[in-house]
Amino acid sequence: MSVLTHKSLAAQSHALSETDKQLKLLQEAELTPFQQKLKESALFPLKAINVDVFQINMGKMCNQVCKHCHVDAGPDRKEIMTRDTMQLCLDAIDKTNCSTVDLTGGAPEMNPDFRWFVEQLSEKGKKIIVRCNLTIIVANKKYNDLPEFYKKHKIEVVSSLPYFTSVKTDAQRGDGVFDQSIRALKMLNEVGYGMEGSGLTLDLVYNPSGAFLPPEQSALEADFKKKLKDRFNIDFNSLYAITNLPISRYLEYLVASDNYMGYMEKLVNAYNPMAAENVMCRSTISIGWDGYIYDCDFNQMLDLKVATKGQHLADFDLDSLNNRTIIVNQHCYGCTAGAGSSCGGTTA
Amino acid sequence: MSTYYNSEDLKKFGKISEFQPELGEKFFEYYNSVFKEGALTAREKSLIALAVSHAVQCPYCIDAYTVSSMEKGCDEEQMMEAVHVAGAIKGGSALVHGVQMMNKYKELSM
Repeated sequence: MSVLTHKSLAAQSHALSETDKQLKLLQEAELTPFQQKLKESALFPLKAINVDVFQINMGKMCNQVCKHCHVDAGPDRKEIMTRDTMQLCLDAIDKTNCSTVDLTGGAPEMNPDFRWFVEQLSEKGKKIIVRCNLTIIVANKKYNDLPEFYKKHKIEVVSSLPYFTSVKTDAQRGDGVFDQSIRALKMLNEVGYGMEGSGLTLDLVYNPSGAFLPPEQSALEADFKKKLKDRFNIDFNSLYAITNLPISRYLEYLVASDNYMGYMEKLVNAYNPMAAENVMCRSTISIGWDGYIYDCDFNQMLDLKVATKGQHLADFDLDSLNNRTIIVNQHCYGCTAGAGSSCGGTTA
Repeated sequence: MSTYYNSEDLKKFGKISEFQPELGEKFFEYYNSVFKEGALTAREKSLIALAVSHAVQCPYCIDAYTVSSMEKGCDEEQMMEAVHVAGAIKGGSALVHGVQMMNKYKELSM
């Protein structure tokens, strides 16, 4: 087991904080190119279908330094979205028929304009998802009313909880994170989140604490529901099982623990054409803190901007985005392994 | 250094069919059926396989069913309890023969 550091790769000036180094490592491995797999599935070039989900990364600032974080987020990251860029997001959303706006980070709530942005979005009648790391709710008094705020705007809360025990959770997310997450989940339950009939959705996200693939989603959900209810009297709606993608801090973990090739071979061997057909990037765009547009949050972290005109919100071009070819690379095997993986769980 | 066990050989398990395709294919078809969800869940079967792997002391099987158990959502406590089940049966199977020893001892003693 490796030691959890409290600095981002960027703050450590680690080689793998550079996206070109990550891409080089991914391409150097002697594995079947992802493009070839897509060709065999008659899916290459991979084309977008529409822009149904706006996933907006509000910044890399976070109160946690999780070991697997693909954003390389942490307290030492200062890149956050300005209100001007949020306005560009709102203008772009108005040009589409998207159903969902998915807010992520870092901890999106740490952005000083987070509540303003949510209020603006709320008026548009779209489904709003906030990817809340839970601990932010109890990190400081000023965040303690977040459950009420989420409730007011009928936000769907999606939160990471790698396991129903502290050992596995803290190993991935930091010391004390499990206990704080349980406190936050209780606060969310208290205002109605995850409770039957409340209409307030609280979903949890499982991702493996190590170099292995996630379990079958429904069996794991049943296990989580029973254990969290029996041990902590906590309720939630759905569990999403997500595969870790080999980029950023998780890539660094794989290399440092000598699991890189074994994990990549596992992903390649588990390639599932059905999952490839349903990858979320075909109906999503991902917006960076600085307003640039990407196919997904992972391509964003590898600085692979959409391969079409209008790469920035200021030049938003829906037609081009709807017809774009999605940029793929070896990390994409993470979304097509086994039952597939997306921000909404399995896809096949 | 050459050893009798090589972890890379686990990936070649399927190749045993090369020397006898019919029996190999029948075995793997049976093997894959055994581990599907049934009256027992795939997860329960994985933990049983992990325990048996220790009982038969097969390093390949231990590697394979450690990964399998993790990918079925088992944690380290559950997995070690499965190993203790193997240990208890292995220990018990030795010790229960103590009765045979006692019987023979008594038979030969005044």
